[in-house]
Amino acid sequence: MPAKIRLRVDPDKCQGHSRCKALAPELFELDEFGNAHEIGDGTVPEALVEKAYLAKSNCPELAIDIIEE
Amino acid sequence: MNEHVPANKHVPVTDWFNDFDHTDPQWTENPFPIWDELRSKCPVVHTDRFLGVYLPTTYEAVKQIAYDTESFSSRRVVVRNVRPENPLPTPPITTDPPHHKPAKQLLLPPFTPDAMKKLEPRVRAICNELIDEFIKDGKVDAAASYTKHIPTRAIAHMLGIPEKDGDLFVKWIHEILELGITDNDTLIRAANEMTEYFEGHIEARKAHPTQDLISDLMNAKGPDGQPLSDAHVLGSLRLLLIAGIDTTWSAIGSSLWHLAKTPSDRKRLVAEPEIMPFAIEEFLRAYSPVTMAREVMKEATVSGCPVKPGNMVLLSFPAANRDPAMFPDADKVIIDRKENRHAAFGLGIHRCVGSNLARMEMTVALEEWLKRIPDFSLDPAGIVTWSEGTVRGPRQLPLLLG
Repeated sequence: MPAKIRLRVDPDKCQGHSRCKALAPELFELDEFGNAHEIGDGTVPEALVEKAYLAKSNCPELAIDIIEE
Repeated sequence: MNEHVPANKHVPVTDWFNDFDHTDPQWTENPFPIWDELRSKCPVVHTDRFLGVYLPTTYEAVKQIAYDTESFSSRRVVVRNVRPENPLPTPPITTDPPHHKPAKQLLLPPFTPDAMKKLEPRVRAICNELIDEFIKDGKVDAAASYTKHIPTRAIAHMLGIPEKDGDLFVKWIHEILELGITDNDTLIRAANEMTEYFEGHIEARKAHPTQDLISDLMNAKGPDGQPLSDAHVLGSLRLLLIAGIDTTWSAIGSSLWHLAKTPSDRKRLVAEPEIMPFAIEEFLRAYSPVTMAREVMKEATVSGCPVKPGNMVLLSFPAANRDPAMFPDADKVIIDRKENRHAAFGLGIHRCVGSNLARMEMTVALEEWLKRIPDFSLDPAGIVTWSEGTVRGPRQLPLLLG
């Protein structure tokens, strides 16, 4: 397990399915149109790493990147 | 184009590879083996029926077409026997770029997950009012007495039109989406009736403004800063009504059908309500109700198959969602499936505007049902029937309760 992971939603790919928000509400927020973006700088606390990968693996548009630092 | 082609007598399909037909009774009853067979041999097949249509059955092919809005237009989103010169506009579902985005953004804010949370108590109440009416009978046609009324009343509530007009909405949708495939006169009459109905509600709001989706659309401004044309408002209202009802009716019905015939899944959902969100996504994947269409505008190659203008595409999200290359054990319903990138609400810019509404309605409908009717099964004395064409779900679902 890497020391730190960050996630990022690609705004050009996100179509607002809001699967990430349902699965990991601590990591994503939605704008007024329902499109998602990462909260803050996208740093994932260790306790939420599993949820981050769950959100990524359920995005139909492949809009979520996880960066292992 | 001759718009008065008589409704053709259906010729049963014997060759699915070269002559498929999505209105064939075999497809309506059980399309999954047909798609599996086609997918295993050829990712995109063609039929000369309906003036020429392609059918992609792999996730990859469906995704490519959904993303390629230049080669594949949304101006016609239903495969029919006729292709009128000016198809009925229902923006934004029938809108291509660059006009699509502003038309869609008008409709998105009322359908966010937070907006749906506010509607949820009303939907819970609707479900319980419906259950009250049949729970003592020991049996029910759940499609006629439960699943149909939930989305009908919910969208009526959002639009600010009487929930009691629901039977009228269901009739129009049947005429437009099912009969309209082969009977253009019926489709046009139903669309005109629907337009007149909404014109009345718009006029009433000009005198007495209300707080609902119809008023929101009347007050909305287009990208030019001007109010939307009446035609645009009417088109979007037609869309919300058509797209918001039999789709979710079907999704709730298929879920209940699955649980009625699969006691182990039913018992597990009752015992472990926390897996409900995964179960909902799995029902959406395995029994996706909605097949869209596109019109081929430019020659393209899809998964190695040449695709030519002049044809339509039956964009089968339901078949894509059964592709074993994308979903392990694609033919099995696994109610706690963890990785599930299903395309039930489409892929790309035309992602269903009502997806959050549909999910909320499905969740609430199953939760309230299971709370009060944890034990139920298919009634062996009855017959389950399925809708035809663009939207698939049970239209008759006889169940024994308890």
